[in-house]
Amino acid sequence: MSLHLILFLLFGAICVAGAVNLLVQRHPINSALSLIAVMAALAGEYLLLGAEFVAAIQVIVYAGAIMVLFVFVIMLLNAGEEEETKGSRVAILFGVPGVLTGAVLTGWVVLRHSGTEPVPIGALPGPPTEIAHLLFHDFLLPFEVTSVLVLIAIMGAVVLATKPEATERKAR
Amino acid sequence: MVPLSYYLLLGGFLFACGVIGFLIKRNIITIFMSIELMLNGVNLSFVAFAAHWHALAGQVFVFFVMVVAAAEAAVGLAIIIAVFRTRETLNVDQVNLLKL
Amino acid sequence: MNLPIPIFIAASVIKSVIVLFVLLTAIAYSVWLERKVVGRIQNRWGPSRVGPFGLLQPLADGLKFIFKEDLTPPHVYRPLFLAAPMIAMIFALTSISVIPFGNSITVGGYSIPLQITDVNIGLLLILGITSMGVYGVALAGWSSNNKYSLLGGLRASAQMVSYEIALGLSLVGVLIQSGSFSLRTIVDQQGGHFAGFIPRWNFFHGQFIGFFVYLIAAFAETNRIPFDLPEAEGELGAGYHTEYSAMKFAAFFMAEYANMITVGCLATLLFFGGWHGPLFGPPLMQALLPVFWFTVKVVCFIFLYIWVRGTLPRLRYDQLMSFGWKFLLPLAIANLVATAIAVVW
Repeated sequence: MSLHLILFLLFGAICVAGAVNLLVQRHPINSALSLIAVMAALAGEYLLLGAEFVAAIQVIVYAGAIMVLFVFVIMLLNAGEEEETKGSRVAILFGVPGVLTGAVLTGWVVLRHSGTEPVPIGALPGPPTEIAHLLFHDFLLPFEVTSVLVLIAIMGAVVLATKPEATERKAR
Repeated sequence: MVPLSYYLLLGGFLFACGVIGFLIKRNIITIFMSIELMLNGVNLSFVAFAAHWHALAGQVFVFFVMVVAAAEAAVGLAIIIAVFRTRETLNVDQVNLLKL
Repeated sequence: MNLPIPIFIAASVIKSVIVLFVLLTAIAYSVWLERKVVGRIQNRWGPSRVGPFGLLQPLADGLKFIFKEDLTPPHVYRPLFLAAPMIAMIFALTSISVIPFGNSITVGGYSIPLQITDVNIGLLLILGITSMGVYGVALAGWSSNNKYSLLGGLRASAQMVSYEIALGLSLVGVLIQSGSFSLRTIVDQQGGHFAGFIPRWNFFHGQFIGFFVYLIAAFAETNRIPFDLPEAEGELGAGYHTEYSAMKFAAFFMAEYANMITVGCLATLLFFGGWHGPLFGPPLMQALLPVFWFTVKVVCFIFLYIWVRGTLPRLRYDQLMSFGWKFLLPLAIANLVATAIAVVW
């Protein structure tokens, strides 16, 4: 067993445990913490794949910024344990078996047909300079479009989260 | 050396967990987190494919996914706060009226 | 990098132990320095009873923390209440691992870099680890189940996320100039002089606005006065660590000082030439002087922190937020654009 496989299995086990824990836990803050664990372990997987820049961005943006927002909102709204309702039972009856079948089918197809060619780890260093070249040269238009998207998202978040009374007071 | 299919299986598993969470969870914040989990599963397969085909474009695409995820989290959480302000609940089953 | 595996492991372990020991000692003595300097600023003596000049005070404090009763209030959410100090401490101590303290030294024919590990995305790694550090504070505030703690945790997470953006953008100017994420490369490029005597540090190389943005944002990131809103004792009791006692409280305290030291190290490396300084004397002295210069610069930063603490009042929370978003962030972006234009020119 090579070191890479051991590390892959280690990080993969953390990912799987975190993802399952997200489903099992009833309190949103526990789910958020297990999701953070999944993201940190995924950063480890990216490192194994030689994508160190993506790994760093994953930790900074996903685990360090987006999930902080989630935790912030959970704290702000003082979200409690969730309770069972009728709607969820229908979802369990039909949704879960469907998803499981789909997952098993996909897994079977992937294992069967893609063969098991090994990924040459570290063969693709993905240095930030090359990524920057791609991002600002070949993918310049999508990049600019996403910047507009982010701008719209900022304005939308401000408009949505502002208290209606506050704007009325300002208008007066 | 880890086969590509292992990474794809892991990514697929995370995606499936996200879908299951999206379906069975009733708390609107947890549902949002399930969506993030799905995006993470997709990202893993992107990076694995990038390493497999020696094409950095796969990694670049992960950035776009992250930007979309960030924008979605900002707007989505703002919506959650707005919903909580008017309905005082985070349970999606109780958010079923168009008008209060 | 071409070391044989056993020597590499041995060197790494030795370096880690030394760095951890030095870091913990430095934390203890920056607390001492802070109490001493703030005491002098406020025209009193500061610690003076334990040992000469109160030098053994950190030891006494540590013993006191260890022997105090470790209370866990009954109404807290126990798993997270116990985990939060550990999270804060772990992330605060981990970020030091990619900081280079000096050039390589040669021991027994092997060249060993004075750094626990040299990764070529070192700067991003530090940013990532420090951005995870906010969870310690936020979870401590939430799990304490106390409104003051909750307010402290909320303030901390909002403040740290906001100022992280300005902090990151202020560093991009340096990154554009150096074209590398490796801290070692960035420092190496700052060797030499302008016009014979001005050191070629990034601070003198057009990045002084970047430095000031970094400095202010770093004060907010480490929750120090004038931005210590998460633990504002006048309004929040003690903020996010109101319910903590004994070693759990000490963990938060040490995490704060460890973050201060990391931020000071980063400022030294990125803006003040790292270990560059005049070299003279016999070979052994030439090998140790870079580490000495590095330490001197970091101590200057810690002194600056303490000086500001003794001088400035605390801001209001809305002032903090509008300052961060409406002044610091545009300034950082302007600095970034100006640097980019200057580099392309």
